[in-house]
Amino acid sequence: MADQTPPAEGRGPDTGPESENMLRYRDDAPVAHAAVTVDAFLDQSNAAAVRVEPGDDARDLIPHLERLDLVEVNFPAFGDGRGYSSARILREAGYDGELRAVGDVLVDQLAYMRRCGFDAFDPDAPLDPQDVEAAFARWPEVYQSAADARTPIWSKRHA
Amino acid sequence: MKLLTGNDLKTGAVTWWTGSDWSIHVEDAVDVTGQEDEIASREEAARRVNVPYAIDAELHEGSPRPAHIKDRVRALGPTVRPDLTLKPADPEIGKWVI
Amino acid sequence: MYRYDQYDQQMVDARVEEFRDQARRRLEGTLSEDQFKPLRLMNGLYLQLHAYMLRVAIPYGTLSGAQMRVLADVAEKYDRGYGHFTTRQNIQYNWIKLEDAGDILADLAKIEMHAIQTSGNCIRNISSDHFAGAAADEVVDPRPYAELLRQWSSFHPEFSYLPRKFKIAVIASEQDRAAMRLHDIGINIVRNEAGELGAAFYVGGGMGRTPMIAPCIRDFVPLDRLVTYAEACLRVYNRYGRRDNKYKARIKILVHELGAEEYTRQVEEEFQHLLDSGVEPPFAELERIRTFFADPDFETGAKEDIDRSDPDFALWVDRNTIPHKQAGYVSAVISLKPVGGIPGDATAEQMRVMADLGERYSFDELRVMHTQNVVLPHVRKADLHALWTALDEAGLGSPNLDTIEDIIACPGLDYCSLANARSIPVAQKIAQRFAETKKTATLGQLKLKISGCINACGHHHAGHIGILGVDRKGVENYQLSLGGSEAEDVSLAKITGPGFDEDGIVDAVETVTGVYEREREGEERFLDTYRRIGMGPFKEALYG
Repeated sequence: MADQTPPAEGRGPDTGPESENMLRYRDDAPVAHAAVTVDAFLDQSNAAAVRVEPGDDARDLIPHLERLDLVEVNFPAFGDGRGYSSARILREAGYDGELRAVGDVLVDQLAYMRRCGFDAFDPDAPLDPQDVEAAFARWPEVYQSAADARTPIWSKRHA
Repeated sequence: MKLLTGNDLKTGAVTWWTGSDWSIHVEDAVDVTGQEDEIASREEAARRVNVPYAIDAELHEGSPRPAHIKDRVRALGPTVRPDLTLKPADPEIGKWVI
Repeated sequence: MYRYDQYDQQMVDARVEEFRDQARRRLEGTLSEDQFKPLRLMNGLYLQLHAYMLRVAIPYGTLSGAQMRVLADVAEKYDRGYGHFTTRQNIQYNWIKLEDAGDILADLAKIEMHAIQTSGNCIRNISSDHFAGAAADEVVDPRPYAELLRQWSSFHPEFSYLPRKFKIAVIASEQDRAAMRLHDIGINIVRNEAGELGAAFYVGGGMGRTPMIAPCIRDFVPLDRLVTYAEACLRVYNRYGRRDNKYKARIKILVHELGAEEYTRQVEEEFQHLLDSGVEPPFAELERIRTFFADPDFETGAKEDIDRSDPDFALWVDRNTIPHKQAGYVSAVISLKPVGGIPGDATAEQMRVMADLGERYSFDELRVMHTQNVVLPHVRKADLHALWTALDEAGLGSPNLDTIEDIIACPGLDYCSLANARSIPVAQKIAQRFAETKKTATLGQLKLKISGCINACGHHHAGHIGILGVDRKGVENYQLSLGGSEAEDVSLAKITGPGFDEDGIVDAVETVTGVYEREREGEERFLDTYRRIGMGPFKEALYG
């Protein structure tokens, strides 16, 4: 499990507008500036961080992935699962910058979000660290190929 | 009158607010008119009840009888399995529900 | 039958632990009911009218004797001695305690069963033809494809918070015994002109308050692209299905609003994106799964003739057995519809009887039908009399398959918190009426389906005769509809007119069957007569 879920980075002294609740599973430094809306991003050329709302089409970002360091995907309510598709679409298109789930992000959704390509989480409400650890350690195997590096069961069966 | 009802969090059993506690017998229920929201939020926060809500009822032979058939089925049990209701020995109880 | 390997077992075991942890957090109060609800639902745990209700998956309706016996044990140990078989080939228990739910799931996991995704806004238990592997008319056994999709859909990271629930059925024959086109996705495994197997995809069917018949969006998906195509169908739905109104959130509304052509175009586009993404298991995996569904060791040259000297037995054979692909065998249907009983209910003792008989006479295999009966799929004709004798003793020998006594009924207001009216008493009264007047036999095939609310769990839209219970100012009222079918001749029933009270609906059903008896020509079924003569004569008889 360790290779799939390294411990969250400690917050450095100058990590910008990060919140108290942030969990990050990347080695690079967090982007320091605020994310703009998809519409604003498509209108201006210099932003490197964008925030995708559930109704946005993540594919609109694909021509511009190279200049993006951070994509925030907002979950206004945990039951709205559009952000999972947005995340996978960006990873399938080759985006390798930070993909951060923000909003109503709960511990019971973390493992699926990670599988869809999220590598940072900024939940509205703080998460219990033990519960977080348990959530990422929960699934010994996975049935599907998704946006993470995990090997699906069907691949292990026919290795 | 208004009754406050919900389910026991652990067992799921249908329960009724008696004024001081929760009972599975609708006969024990008291009128909560005007206090329903306050009692509901307090009791739910203490996890003594799950998803409480108030219903309309009237007194029937001295005991509260929910106004709607759904709440009467909840109070008693399935009409098609009298043996599993709270009053398995009462042959007339079906009439109380319908 | 499919058997778990270490991986399948690990996944189910992990789920049990996950749920135990979630239940603990709920009982401790760190999870609110709003947060817990979707989590418990994804483990089949509802809060129903009287208690928690647990729905246990029976993937594509297939189970072994040992599994059926554990279902009986759960009924006795944790519930009140019975269970209810549902229209999606599952079983549900009505009197479950949250405190016990983890232990129940652990007991089930030991015998390769679970309650994973039997509710919630996710991909539900995959259903299939209850005669799969036995039916004389099938192209191939559809269950390996259902199992492949079961694994793909289990704990799917992208599709666990869909706009609404999502039901898939897989069949592989011209005859549709799984209401395939009334599912969110119906898959029919077919052979093309070159003799290759592929999957026809029907998307956007469903019942509920807006019943729709699924259009075919692609008539042949190669089998080595089955998962990829399903993934594309789901992704378009997850992204664009409506989330503003729960009553318009099913995929049928999306397909209807976009039009089948536009929905298909979007799916095809997504399919192209996904082709190289590596989501498709290797063909070897499908081959591996197929080996579990090989034919049992049928006796060649099994006796064809049946001693029909006992008329009660002969009637049961005629009514409740179905031709088998293997000479000398039949599929035998165990009716869970005794006259006056509760449709689909079975006691723990009855489950054990069925388990024993399945082991003894059907290669240890049983099936749950969407019509809430149980099938022994592979029975030698020579064993039928012994089988029938044992069933009859257990109150399981009703000779009424597909008759007016074989009613589909949802639990209705007796058990369900969504219901507006009771379904079971209506089913009981109708069955009793026709048993008393001895009309059951003369009416032949007549599928009557009752729902206690507009959600249509009792499939009333697809009944030759459908009944919908509604709440009219606090009083139960029943609407009658005619002309539906869930089979290959799929159609949606039409309402006759104003509704009836509980006794009135029984009389009304008798009235419309009277019109059929008067008007029928030759071997016509009720449905055929209705289609030929239309609603007029029925309306005239009902309302004058």
